[in-house]
Amino acid sequence: MTAETVLETERLNRSFGALRVTQDVSFKLPRGARYALIGPNGAGKSTFINLLTGVLKPSGGRIKLHGEDITRAPAQDRVRRGLVRTFQINTLFPHLTPLEATVLAIAQRHGLCVNPFKRLSGCHAEIDEAHELLDRFQFGADGERPTHELAYGRQRLLEIVLALAARPKVLLLDEPAAGVPQKESAEIFEALAALPDDIAVLFIEHDMDVVFRFAQRITVLVAGQILCEGTPDEIADHPQVREVYLGDGEDV
Amino acid sequence: MVAVPAPGGQHSAATTQTARALFQRRAAWRWEEVVFWVLAAASYFIFPGHLVLITQAMITGLFVVSLDLMFGYAGIPSFGHAAFFGIGAYTAGILARDWWGDPLIGLVAGALVAGVAGAICSQIVARLNGIAMLMVTLGIGLICYEIANKWNTLTGGDDGLQGMQITPLLGLFTFDIDGKVGFIYSFVVIFILYLMARRLVNSPFGLALKGIRENVRRMPALGIGVRAQLALAFTISAAMAGVAGALLAETTQYIALEVLGFDRSITVQIALVMGGMGSLIGGMIGAIAYTVLRDQLSLWSPAYWDFFVGLILCVIVMTGTGGITGILRRIVDRLLGRTSQ
Repeated sequence: MTAETVLETERLNRSFGALRVTQDVSFKLPRGARYALIGPNGAGKSTFINLLTGVLKPSGGRIKLHGEDITRAPAQDRVRRGLVRTFQINTLFPHLTPLEATVLAIAQRHGLCVNPFKRLSGCHAEIDEAHELLDRFQFGADGERPTHELAYGRQRLLEIVLALAARPKVLLLDEPAAGVPQKESAEIFEALAALPDDIAVLFIEHDMDVVFRFAQRITVLVAGQILCEGTPDEIADHPQVREVYLGDGEDV
Repeated sequence: MVAVPAPGGQHSAATTQTARALFQRRAAWRWEEVVFWVLAAASYFIFPGHLVLITQAMITGLFVVSLDLMFGYAGIPSFGHAAFFGIGAYTAGILARDWWGDPLIGLVAGALVAGVAGAICSQIVARLNGIAMLMVTLGIGLICYEIANKWNTLTGGDDGLQGMQITPLLGLFTFDIDGKVGFIYSFVVIFILYLMARRLVNSPFGLALKGIRENVRRMPALGIGVRAQLALAFTISAAMAGVAGALLAETTQYIALEVLGFDRSITVQIALVMGGMGSLIGGMIGAIAYTVLRDQLSLWSPAYWDFFVGLILCVIVMTGTGGITGILRRIVDRLLGRTSQ
């Protein structure tokens, strides 16, 4: 595997008033990575994702995607450049069907979303691609039911489908299996492990079994700072991690 | 239930067809649309003595449909939509009074000027959301009203705009006192614009508008910045309201200052909610229902008819968001033993 870095932060900082929720975070994600971001509640994991995706503006530091500075780029520009995320809490379109929502994401990629003249029913390329993507995640008839009627696990999967529809180069998953029973959560991660090699994945996850099974490397965030980074084995043996994170009995 | 992705992602051609069929179903003509337009055309023969009133109700319908594009589809509320209706009316009116009385030119001019005004306003509105959006549209409405009120050399101010010289339609058909030409002219224009609105809501742009309504915060995560969509929706909606205003000015050959009034902005909101939001035809139905209701109630109770409008509005809203259209559809579905969608 080449070590080409696709996403990089340099001394990233974010404060809410006097509270520094992200402190000097320097982080690199290589092409095709399967990395995990862990840390106790309130460690600043979601904040870090929000900074990367442009939901929050950093107070200091830089973010680079494919070597280009995107620190000030609007959220939608980052998505167009291949930096795509899912949300910890389902952030979907309740009255659209998964098929419509997926077609929307694909139509955007094809530059159609400001076109009031084209018939949607004639957008065969977009519809077929959306259908294929949903089919890969075995949506079946659920693809044509309003999203709000779907089971929770399906909605979690739709988060991932919508992200994939944007053709990510870097995929940031904020607790993709949050609230999903353990067996189904394993299935979600199997699906993610099967993603094409050229997509770099960074995921936040609390279930340590899942993290140790799927992550090549793990970054431990505590109080907004990187405590340590390493392979699952290195992290498991790290005395401070055991003390600060694994040792306090949370989510183990 | 969460499922493992199928290896290779194979899918059958038959299900691809069902996926495509979903979008065809969405774009298909619904029976309530067909019934409405057939009845609207038939009303020319059924109610020859009421053509002027019916024409005005249809024009209001176009105005309500223009709001539906914004509010019903994209979820952008407006308390000042009458501004664009009024701009269209005054453009056509001033043109016909001072320069050129051709109704089609007045119509196009009304659409253009209202559209440009909408495009300018959209640059402010598309940056806001929620209450701020509502307040800015309200402000725009009030500003336009007072400009027309003060600038009476141009608009006739409080006395209204008089002296329009509308030439015969296509040089052939003179607007008659019974409103026959006015009805046919308005009907054709409104129907064409309805077809255009239908095409718009069933386009990728229309889907993006629904996405904005459903979850505007998710849109950037799909790569959609939404400002371009909001601006375009606002502009198109304003131009369409401008056409409605121009039609009213041309068919009545008089413009009252109240075309720009806050009352009209509210009326159009009430009619939309009454008829049913986000279906286009609900806007037409709501406008007719509101016009008839106001007409009947004001005969029956000249001083207190707003009480009943309020009451009926509350009852309709409590049955759901589909308005009269939704209620009718549920009744017919039940009669036919279908499960309603």
